[in-house]
Amino acid sequence: MNNKKLFAVSALFDDPNKIIEAASKISESGYTKYDVNTPYPIHGMDKAMKLKPSNLGFVTLFFGLSGTAIALLFMYWTMSVDYPMVIGGKPFFALPAFIPVTFELTVLLATLSTVIGMLAFFFKLPANSHPLHDTDYMQNVSKDKYGIFVESADPLFDENKLRNLFKDLGAIKTEDIFIPEKEIFPVFQPKFLILLFITALVVSGGTYFTLNKLMYTLPFNWMMDQGKLNPQKGSVLFADGFGMRKPVEGTVARGFIPYPYKGELNPSQTLSNPLLPTKAVLELGKKKFLTFCSPCHGNFADGDSRLHGQFPNPPTLHSERARNFSDGMIFHIITNGQNVMPSYASQVTSEERWAIINYVRVLQRSKNASDSDLLLSKEESSKNVAK
Amino acid sequence: MNVDYSRELPTIEGRLSLAEIERLVATPLESKPDKKFYIALSITGTFLLIGAICLAISFYYGTGMWGNNQPVGWAFPIVNFVFWVGIGHAGTLISAILFLLRQKWRTGIARFAEAMTIFAVMCAGIFPIIHTGRPWLAGYLTPYPNQHSLWVNFTSPLVWDVFAVSTYFTVSLVFWYVGLIPDFATMRDRTVSKLRKTIYSIFSLGWRHSNRHWQHYEKAYMLLAGFATPLVLSVHTIVSFDFAVSIMPGWHTTIFPPYFVAGAIFSGFAMVVTVLIFVRKIFDLQHIITINHLEKMNKVIIATSMMVGYAYAMEFFIAWYSGVPAEQFVFINRAFGPYAWAYWIMVSCNVIFPQFFWFRKIRRSVPIMLVIVILVNVGMWFERFVITVTSLSRDFLPSSWAYYKPTMYDAGILLGSFGLFFTLVILFTKALPVVSISEIKAVADGAQPVHHGGSHE
Repeated sequence: MNNKKLFAVSALFDDPNKIIEAASKISESGYTKYDVNTPYPIHGMDKAMKLKPSNLGFVTLFFGLSGTAIALLFMYWTMSVDYPMVIGGKPFFALPAFIPVTFELTVLLATLSTVIGMLAFFFKLPANSHPLHDTDYMQNVSKDKYGIFVESADPLFDENKLRNLFKDLGAIKTEDIFIPEKEIFPVFQPKFLILLFITALVVSGGTYFTLNKLMYTLPFNWMMDQGKLNPQKGSVLFADGFGMRKPVEGTVARGFIPYPYKGELNPSQTLSNPLLPTKAVLELGKKKFLTFCSPCHGNFADGDSRLHGQFPNPPTLHSERARNFSDGMIFHIITNGQNVMPSYASQVTSEERWAIINYVRVLQRSKNASDSDLLLSKEESSKNVAK
Repeated sequence: MNVDYSRELPTIEGRLSLAEIERLVATPLESKPDKKFYIALSITGTFLLIGAICLAISFYYGTGMWGNNQPVGWAFPIVNFVFWVGIGHAGTLISAILFLLRQKWRTGIARFAEAMTIFAVMCAGIFPIIHTGRPWLAGYLTPYPNQHSLWVNFTSPLVWDVFAVSTYFTVSLVFWYVGLIPDFATMRDRTVSKLRKTIYSIFSLGWRHSNRHWQHYEKAYMLLAGFATPLVLSVHTIVSFDFAVSIMPGWHTTIFPPYFVAGAIFSGFAMVVTVLIFVRKIFDLQHIITINHLEKMNKVIIATSMMVGYAYAMEFFIAWYSGVPAEQFVFINRAFGPYAWAYWIMVSCNVIFPQFFWFRKIRRSVPIMLVIVILVNVGMWFERFVITVTSLSRDFLPSSWAYYKPTMYDAGILLGSFGLFFTLVILFTKALPVVSISEIKAVADGAQPVHHGGSHE
């Protein structure tokens, strides 16, 4: 027995008044590593032990408010940002209708955080290997006695002095508590493990049998796998096995009205640009030009693109000939194709083609500006200032 | 019979010592179950089995096995759901609200009432889920990340219900477990069986009855009670929104939330009294769950009965006062239409019979009390039936009126829910301490110091 390390000296009392007295005496004597164990909370003990008020409430407050914020932000995001939809004529952020869920989430987070915080962080539980367990002292304070102990780690610790002090205070029994030599894990006893194993087996087997053999349910996969056809998916419904279908013969898509002058060399003189060179049109034209035209004609239509030399070189659009083309002629070339250039009718809508033409005109004007243009613009800008 | 109400009655009778209290509560857990236990369990188990078979048939052939049809689509499942959720309200009320009101007598019955809350909410939870027809897809009731950004409708009372009931269940369970921790520790130090000791050790988390812990523990208990109190009020309020937010005549009224909450407390207390009468007798707990406890519960029952009666009267008044013909028709139809029989069962069981509790002799007489509280349970079930079925069966469109009749399977599933509830209650009495050992010790005579100078109680 003597080679065991002493953990604490403890004493048992059988009267709540005496334990209060003992606790105040011990705390007044300057001990810090001591504790009182009673089968139920005793009124006035906090005062006797000089304990600071519990600050558990701050945990509750913090997590409760987090619950409020999470609920409100989440509902705001789903209902107003991710998929805004008018329901029952309410606004997207319908605060009165969000109150119930907000309240529930506040309460849920506040209570769970209070309990988990208290048990795990304030009490450092589970602690089944604490030296106090499985002692006579613990058996008694669990039932109907009131106990107090001072740990050997306390700077003022003196075995004999403490024993005498406890006797003077009216203890019915004092007991030395030792640190157990090795930890015992009752969890690992075979009987318990077998029970656990059987429970796990029955529950998992029963669940598997019910879901897969009795009810034939598919695994719950949050609608990741749906009965619809995705692009590139096969289908057993159609003879050719393709999920993606071609449109019906003769279907005309929006913005793709068939071009009446297809294959002709000279365009009709009736083709004229329906779009004005507004900012929006020019921006659309620029975007489409850079996407579809610039690979060959170059970013500024100089015919100096990144494909230079790989094909018969594309012409610059700043030549005299190109500048003198009517808008209709350029439209005709884009739609119909010319020499090596293929038709862009299936990729660029007719509106976008006209926008591209407007942008090409802007490029032509800026690349071929003369001194008189400079004067003209100066004149215009001075006019603007005067205004 | 002469009780002096001017003094506070002792919470525990007979001046039991702490060890005797502990022995009384722990005896059912340490003794082998007797014949009566198995008889009771086989009866409730049979009910449970009948319910399970009816459910299995309903799943196999579909919900067409039930009486639900146009225009009464809600019918039994929703009636049973509201009934069981209501029963569940007594537990939290006793453990949280009476705790905040410093009612010491709650200690004897709190644990049991909390357990009944949990079991009743479990029974309640079954019904909306089976009512969806495909209960295995219930996960879609929660907001989950979907490929199509398809979220649940947070402005719908049905979604509020999912949040309210699941939060309520979780919080009640946590509250119950926190109260059980010191008792698990006591049982751990009491038991001699190795296996039991292991199980109790795990659930007690190594609780040491340390006063440094008790301090935070009491604070946490108060915080939980503080949260559970508005929560319990919110749950039945939200359940009533399922009805009140619709435009159905007879449902679309602002009185519903307080009316439902009062009804929930009423039915919950009646159920707690019903079960406690048997438990205190069978487990010899008359000294801990005293006749004073039952009397106090009966006083709550008569108070809530009057509230419910007031609500019945006020519904009629508002229907007349509103001047809305549809509303007026619905209430006259309730009292004198095809479901008049259900309406008058409801009124007599909920308002008339509880009036006997004005007499002290009846309040303190166990057999009469038992009859009345069982009638209250019946009446409260019919209240939900009347509200749900009469409004739906005759709404705005006379061409779609129909008389709803439940089928055998509806009745079987209701019976099954009672089977589940009482099976769980019976198993609970043998598995866990039915009275909080640490709380009841704390209110025993001489358990607290007399002269520490503090004035707080």
